Amino acid sequence: MIHLVKRPQPSRVWTAVTPLLAVVLTMIVGGIMFAALGKPPLEAIRTIFWDPLFHPQFAAYSRPQLLVKAGPLILIAIGLSIGFRAGIWNIGAEGQYIMGAITGAAVGLAFYPLDSFIVFPLMVIAGALGGWAWGMIPALLKVKFGTNEILVSLMLVYVAEAWLASVSSGLLKNPEGRGFPGSRNFQQYDAGANTEVIAGTGMHWGVVAAFVAVIFAYVLLTRHIRGFHIRLTGEAPRAARFAGVNPGRVVIFCLGLSGALAGMAGLFEVSGPAGQITIDFNSGYGFTAIIVAFLGRLHPVGILLAGLLMALTYIGGELAQLMLGLPGASIQLFQGMLLFFLLATDVFTNYRLQFGQGETA
Amino acid sequence: MDLGTINPILLVASLMVSATPILLAAIGEMVVEKSGVLNLGVEGMMITGAVVGFAVAVNTGSPGLGFAAAALASALLSLSFGVLTQFLLSNQVATGLGLTLVGLGLSSLIGKPYEGMKSPTLPDLPLPLLADMPVIGPMLFQHDLMVYLSIALVAAVWAGLKFTRAGLILRAVGESHDAAHALGYKVVRIRLMAIFFGGACSGLGGAYLSLVRVPQWTEGMTAGAGWIALAIVVFASWKPWRVLIGAYLFGGVTVLQLNLQAAGTRLPVEYLSMSPYLITILVLVIISARGYHGAPASLGRPFHASH
Repeated sequence: MIHLVKRPQPSRVWTAVTPLLAVVLTMIVGGIMFAALGKPPLEAIRTIFWDPLFHPQFAAYSRPQLLVKAGPLILIAIGLSIGFRAGIWNIGAEGQYIMGAITGAAVGLAFYPLDSFIVFPLMVIAGALGGWAWGMIPALLKVKFGTNEILVSLMLVYVAEAWLASVSSGLLKNPEGRGFPGSRNFQQYDAGANTEVIAGTGMHWGVVAAFVAVIFAYVLLTRHIRGFHIRLTGEAPRAARFAGVNPGRVVIFCLGLSGALAGMAGLFEVSGPAGQITIDFNSGYGFTAIIVAFLGRLHPVGILLAGLLMALTYIGGELAQLMLGLPGASIQLFQGMLLFFLLATDVFTNYRLQFGQGETA
Repeated sequence: MDLGTINPILLVASLMVSATPILLAAIGEMVVEKSGVLNLGVEGMMITGAVVGFAVAVNTGSPGLGFAAAALASALLSLSFGVLTQFLLSNQVATGLGLTLVGLGLSSLIGKPYEGMKSPTLPDLPLPLLADMPVIGPMLFQHDLMVYLSIALVAAVWAGLKFTRAGLILRAVGESHDAAHALGYKVVRIRLMAIFFGGACSGLGGAYLSLVRVPQWTEGMTAGAGWIALAIVVFASWKPWRVLIGAYLFGGVTVLQLNLQAAGTRLPVEYLSMSPYLITILVLVIISARGYHGAPASLGRPFHASH
């Protein structure tokens, strides 16, 4: 018989190894899935994980895309991970992302066609505020009434999507768009455009913000008393209460922060890569960021790496769609499997295997 | 707007149809939660059931087989959640989310070739005598088999939990897994069976959506129905008949807003279509303000028989 014996401390080695193990397992099972779809498995895996970076023909285009895609994922995942650490499950980042994009874009469009350096920073602030406000709804309801934040934040995604549909063909519609839905394009409005900081690298302001967020989260969690309170709340809520941590304040801080970061990510996306508010400018980053947060072990540096890896699967997935005719949905499944395998292998972090009859059965 | 175009008899009848997918998923999830497991993957299991049921019904021409296959597929998918949370002791919240993401990906992969197709649908099955009653008959007794079955399932779950030994054991496991374990009950096995049952119910709910309610396959067609089912379990305070009430209330809101859209209110369509979600939030707030009564004491806590 095999028994699981709880480790006194989570294993540091396994904490680092399990994400890699999960990636390898996903590649194997994904390869089997690709073979079942009638595609060459090894070539598919290579197209997803290798070609975007090193293919002589495509790498020049796809390398900058890596940062473009990883930026929002990291930014959102950092916010989520801080909440997850405290046991606060904000799974409505997609909604906060949409609302941030709408409020930020609305501010930018209100200033159109003013040409001033102040426009873009104002948009970023408005985006963060929009996401923050949307995150505050589940936070306040949880603190005030004890309402489950998982369900409320998720329901608000659908509300935000309906809102997006409304504004993109109403309030924020381009008056010169010949009746087509969608707002003005920020690419054609210099003062409100999220441009590349270093040309040709894909490094726009959102990516910069993501890097700053990584450093900020690292300092917060390892050096700051508030970060300590957050970790304590997640690991030992009763002890946290005895230590004088106000649980309501932690909820408000975590949901507010993750909402603000998601909102900023939305604004950077809509003013940069997406260009305009349209009914489907959001591409599920808010949900994929949940995978990124877990894959990065809820650790800022881990999330940075996980965000880059997940961006790679997006780009590689598109490439595989183009070159091998792989269905787009298989990448979504691939990403979901990654989370599943990570959670499955995670058992080795907290438990060790014991073979034979244990002393306590 | 012309409210006169809304026919109350049709409204109630379509309310029952619109509530059935959520009712099926919610009653299954309630059993799972009664055993002390929180499976947030209802949405993923529902949409898998929707696509598998649709595909099988199209290929075999039999909606009955479609429902059976949907139940089986979603139950098998839910077992992956079971293995992870029960044997590998993973976090139930994270694993449930993972299940939803896997289900969404899997379903759109399977469903691609079936987009825009038509499937055979369930025939209406008017109950003899009852269906001929004026007003009540067309409202309640001229539905398809699954509507009746879903209500029968609620009754069966209620009776099973309240009056049978198996129900008592299931509740014991959910209230205190350590005590149940000490009494010699196989906590993990019982929970796996509950998860399997919940998966099968979600699958039926999903298949009802794609085979009867819509009836068509479109990507992401569950549109949060699984999450609403989870909310309804909370709303119902883990009581079967209240699950029925909750699902029908929600079905009513959905149908009403669709009717208002059709009747042409001055309210924009988008605001109407966000109303079911807003009302779910409102209901959750009201329920939680009263405090969570009836939540199984071991809900969401991992069980590890080490001592």
